[in-house]
Amino acid sequence: MEKTKKSTDHHNPGSSGAAAAAAADRKSADLSCEIKSYVGIRKKIRRMCRENPLAAVSAAVIVVMILMAVFAPLIAPYQEAEQDLMARLQGPSAAHIFGTDELGRDVFTRILYGARVSLMVGIIPSAITLVIGIFFGLLAGFHGGWVDYVIMRFVDVMLSFPTLLLCMVMMYVLGRYADSVLCIILSLSLINWAGTARVVRAQTLSLKETEYVEAARSIGVKRIRIMLRHILPNCIPSLIVLYTLSVPSSILSESTLSFLGIGVQPPAASWGLMVNQSKQFLFTMPWLALAPSLSIMLVVLAFNFLGDGLRDALDPYLESR
Amino acid sequence: MSSDYLLEIEDLHTSIYTDDGVLRAVNGVNLRIPKGTIVGLVGESGCGKSMTARSIMRLLRHPARIDSGRILFGGKDLTTLTDKEMREISGRDISMIFQEPMTSLNPVLKVGFQVEETLRVHGLAASKEEAKRKVIEMFERVGIPEAEKRYSAYPHELSGGLRQRVMIAMAMILKPKLLIADEPTTALDVTIEAQILRLMRDLCKESGMSVLIITHNLGVVAEICEYVYVMYAGYIVEHAPIFDLFDYPRHPYTKGLMASIPRIGGNPEYLYTIPGVVPNLLHLPEGCPFSLRCSAAEEECRKTLPELVRTDEDHFSRCVKACGEQSLEGRAYGAGRE
Repeated sequence: MEKTKKSTDHHNPGSSGAAAAAAADRKSADLSCEIKSYVGIRKKIRRMCRENPLAAVSAAVIVVMILMAVFAPLIAPYQEAEQDLMARLQGPSAAHIFGTDELGRDVFTRILYGARVSLMVGIIPSAITLVIGIFFGLLAGFHGGWVDYVIMRFVDVMLSFPTLLLCMVMMYVLGRYADSVLCIILSLSLINWAGTARVVRAQTLSLKETEYVEAARSIGVKRIRIMLRHILPNCIPSLIVLYTLSVPSSILSESTLSFLGIGVQPPAASWGLMVNQSKQFLFTMPWLALAPSLSIMLVVLAFNFLGDGLRDALDPYLESR
Repeated sequence: MSSDYLLEIEDLHTSIYTDDGVLRAVNGVNLRIPKGTIVGLVGESGCGKSMTARSIMRLLRHPARIDSGRILFGGKDLTTLTDKEMREISGRDISMIFQEPMTSLNPVLKVGFQVEETLRVHGLAASKEEAKRKVIEMFERVGIPEAEKRYSAYPHELSGGLRQRVMIAMAMILKPKLLIADEPTTALDVTIEAQILRLMRDLCKESGMSVLIITHNLGVVAEICEYVYVMYAGYIVEHAPIFDLFDYPRHPYTKGLMASIPRIGGNPEYLYTIPGVVPNLLHLPEGCPFSLRCSAAEEECRKTLPELVRTDEDHFSRCVKACGEQSLEGRAYGAGRE
């Protein structure tokens, strides 16, 4: 508000001389067009928090989850795999707020430790995926020709495999050499980039035809710089959305793998694994399955809502006044 | 060999290799731009004006390419340079302004950054503050009010006229020797158009650069050009100094164009149009490309392509009748409207 006021004050007539008058004339003609004040990304995000409470709450949930995961050893009332065989399969109580499982382990403690796995498996592979996808997508889209053909056929092959099947194979292969969480991160990263590459390529294809890329070429910008500084920033809104949607799907993949018994191995805790282990008590002690399931749902929903909110907030074309 | 010409295009042929055949977009164009003058290249849509400009800037993309010809810029043939050498020239010695100020600025980058980019890619941005100062200075020179504030604005926050000024700043910041303006004012309304043209003329005078203005608007040409080339179906059909061309058009196409300008005080019910349509560039007719629409065409016109003949000191026309029938001019196309 203040900014627009200032700008109208700016050109009050007080200048003398023909040249100055002409300049003022020129200025006022341009100023008569709509002036909007510049809005930075931080400001946009702050505005999103104000106008989109769902996204703000989601962001808060994610932050709280991350903090809980990081400080799990400090918050957790028990050890991760601490068994108390005298207190097996208890309902929620003051000592065990989410109850205990069939080995007498505290469910709340395991949820906290499981959050470490889930968030790590959600956030890290999605980031790696993004980097690989951007690299191949830009290369294929911008270079075109045989490079495009080779990369995209490879992407097609990657996408034609059922993700879960490919994951299982990779888990078996990698499982011999590395820790199970690392295996999951690696296999999800190496599998999921294909979708990102496709999105980035499609955007690059249309963006490289635009006049502003042509203008960049006409001032002598190198191809690699055109790709990274002129085309890539245009993809960012969709990449943010892609990322925030990829995090929950990675979390779900990990849960599924662990549920199937080929992901995180006991005694380590993982939400998917906990759902798996509690399925035999589903009818007698439903809270055992409820706590990890609700955790998965909460995180996945939070990331999805945040992604939606960010997309609306960062879209340069959707400037709200 | 230093000549008076900054840019000389010699017998340029550019074609687009489409699936349906070879589209001859530029056919043996000879064009010379003297130092420090504003030259216009006029013609209707699809006549090869933009392809000529793109050939100069090496902005042709895949199905289009230069078949033959030379583009001499300061004695160097641009068609034989490597990509790297061309990158060094573009932006510093030759730059270009595009038609649509709405789409020729990157929507997600601040305009200041985009103008700075010219400095940066040519290694002339010593420090961030220095580059920013230069950009703001340039913004002020091209008449952008509140330059400091505009520096960190995004293109969608600016009006069309301001955006075109930003484009001009981007093209002019390194004081190029040649500015190619591809329909710089087509997307703007007439008041802004006049401002932009005035600005370009002032900048040209100040810095002594040459400008090649590509347009289909004869009004723009009359406003600022000193010399004009008229293009039709990939051929230069006439070129002359501005007053010569407007006073004594020789080629029937140019005459037709002149007659098509609505005049204040003329008959508002009737607007002259050249009969027929532009020939399909995939299948150019034999002979004169304008012969199909020309009322004065004869058998001979449909058989052989006329040469560009000199009709006056610096006036050339690609018409067999250009020399002889001076009495034709003015009458053939202008008479009906009185």
